[in-house]
Amino acid sequence: MLIFFLKRLGVMVLTALCLTFIVFSLVNLEPNLEKLAKEQNNMRMSDQQVTLWLEEEGFNRPLITRYAAWVGGVVTGDMGDSTRFRKPVNDIVWERLALTGKLMFWVMVVMVPSALLLGVLAGMREGTLQDRTLSTIAIGTTATPEYVSGVIFTVIFASNLVGLQWFSGSATKAMEEITFYNFTLPVMTMAIYGMGYIARMTRASMAEVMTAQYIRTARLKGVSFRAIVIKHALRNALIAPFTVIMLQFPWLLTGVVIVENLFNYKGFGWLLVEAAGNNDIDLLLSCSIVAVVVVLITQLISDIGYVYLNPRIRVKS
Amino acid sequence: MEPLTSFEIFLGVLARFTPVWIGMALIFALSISFKKRLSLYGRLFDSPIGMVGLALVLFWVLTALMANQIALFDPLDQFRALKNKPPGTFEVESGLAYLFGGDNLGRDVFSRMVHGSQTVMAIAPVATLFAFMVGITLGLPAGYYGGAFDTFLSFLANLVLAFPVILLFYLLVTPEIRQTAIPTSMAAVLFLIPILFFLVFIYSRYRTRPEVLWLYLAPVILIGGFAYLHLINVWTPTGKWMDANTLNIFVSVVFVNSPTVFRIVRGLTMDIKTRDYVAAAQTRGEGPWYIMMWEILPNARGPLIVDACLRIGYTTILLGTLGFFGLGVSPESSDWGMTINEGRKLLRLFPHAALPPAVAIMTLVLGLNLLADGLREQSLKD
Repeated sequence: MLIFFLKRLGVMVLTALCLTFIVFSLVNLEPNLEKLAKEQNNMRMSDQQVTLWLEEEGFNRPLITRYAAWVGGVVTGDMGDSTRFRKPVNDIVWERLALTGKLMFWVMVVMVPSALLLGVLAGMREGTLQDRTLSTIAIGTTATPEYVSGVIFTVIFASNLVGLQWFSGSATKAMEEITFYNFTLPVMTMAIYGMGYIARMTRASMAEVMTAQYIRTARLKGVSFRAIVIKHALRNALIAPFTVIMLQFPWLLTGVVIVENLFNYKGFGWLLVEAAGNNDIDLLLSCSIVAVVVVLITQLISDIGYVYLNPRIRVKS
Repeated sequence: MEPLTSFEIFLGVLARFTPVWIGMALIFALSISFKKRLSLYGRLFDSPIGMVGLALVLFWVLTALMANQIALFDPLDQFRALKNKPPGTFEVESGLAYLFGGDNLGRDVFSRMVHGSQTVMAIAPVATLFAFMVGITLGLPAGYYGGAFDTFLSFLANLVLAFPVILLFYLLVTPEIRQTAIPTSMAAVLFLIPILFFLVFIYSRYRTRPEVLWLYLAPVILIGGFAYLHLINVWTPTGKWMDANTLNIFVSVVFVNSPTVFRIVRGLTMDIKTRDYVAAAQTRGEGPWYIMMWEILPNARGPLIVDACLRIGYTTILLGTLGFFGLGVSPESSDWGMTINEGRKLLRLFPHAALPPAVAIMTLVLGLNLLADGLREQSLKD
């Protein structure tokens, strides 16, 4: 187990290095640097001045040297300074990440139980009307990306047109205090898109378990259907969805970016757009390393969790 | 003139889509009457879910093809008097109605929605097809040979998959990156793979029959080469096929999608290569590429077709996301995602501008997902 873990960790570090290097070289492309120079000084700089400024700021060193310097900084906890906010990146990123953490927490709280319930209810009686209805609902939610459902929900629940002004169409106030009124729409919008996929995986896994021999034995023994589902089927059926939920995190990141911009909630997703839009090199790099690390850690957790949950899989070491 | 009532708008929209209804009726009638001869596609008509999916997809395909007949106005025409006007308001000069109202620049929301389908239909299916060819060409040998080649490619695929999609697009689809050689060189590599795919596909089958071989290879080389030179903008006798921005988006979409296809193909290949008919082909002395292309690939088609439908839907969502963040095709275009983004700014006052494209994306993707579900169900019945 330890060797498996260490191997995975090694691959993870290598992946993180490769990915950040790609991001690093992309943000440091010639035209990007030129844009940065003009933004930092004035828009009508001559090419000569641009070259001079870049030289002064140390941008003409070889890419590898600069990358190594940046990695060294990150390892020691110094992520550079943001040109957009004129503050050290460290001061900005963690605060924004905490806000997104709150959003993610509530999304998970809403999404996971409802998705599992939907999947289990659909999968326990495969092929019935109940299954077909619930599966179609699940397909429907996967077909509704955040920017579509967000718009539709805002029109229904927060506009003058329908008149149901139940919720607020902006989550700016939720950054200080989360209420039902200001946080429902963003959470609902995100949860719905992710829900369908988990529900379908749960359904497939549940339907497979329900055809297993031991379930038939239990039925022949006279155990009630309810007890079979809850005691016998559920535990085995939830192994596969666990992995899927963990692998949902990278997808949720795109959702976070859309939802935070749609509802004006200034978290990590909003920060990423600001950084990319303003060509804020250090900030964008930190955002990407945070995103990549989150993705890789969830992958690792899903691998390890899968091994723990499923005793039939033993890691060869 | 009095604005139209909701019911009149409904009738008006139905009437505008007349060519689409006729087309759909024809296709459905023909398909159902020749159902028996159409294998998997024919059996789709046994599944209600599949039929609903097909109907939704056909609706948008036909709308894209006949957009000029359906739309009442040019998607870029601006009438200041109709700025943010509610659905059903008449445009005085032409006496025609803005069925879904006007947007913040006084353009017809209905016509923009209809024309927006063209952007999606031009990019999503083709990009998916390219992603599949790249994924298949790399996934087959990775799954068949395994070993270091597989480890290396899988590492690369996981690398791209670990990248948050949105970040990748923010880095790849920018005006600055178009000044560099990156999009063109990525295109040069990605577009070469489909040509290689077809060359290997034909060569592995006919290599022992040179007289037929060149008959099939020549058109691939000529047409493929002609298209290739156009796409990478080296030699363009018939004009540019794609402007720099579209090319950039196209390449990025293919790049994001192909690792997933690679993983699916690789998994399927590893499964299928243990079958008896593969062993039989090996015993006959067939070459590895013949086995991959003509034994394994045809037997993996079921899951691949299903995934292709899902993936076109996913690409549609992706294009919408790009438009939503203003990374879309061009600032004036009627791209759905971009229209949603423009409309959402005034969403609480004038919701009619953002709703039609939102519903359009939803129905198209829903149709593709239902179609995939229907296909999956029917292909499992084999």
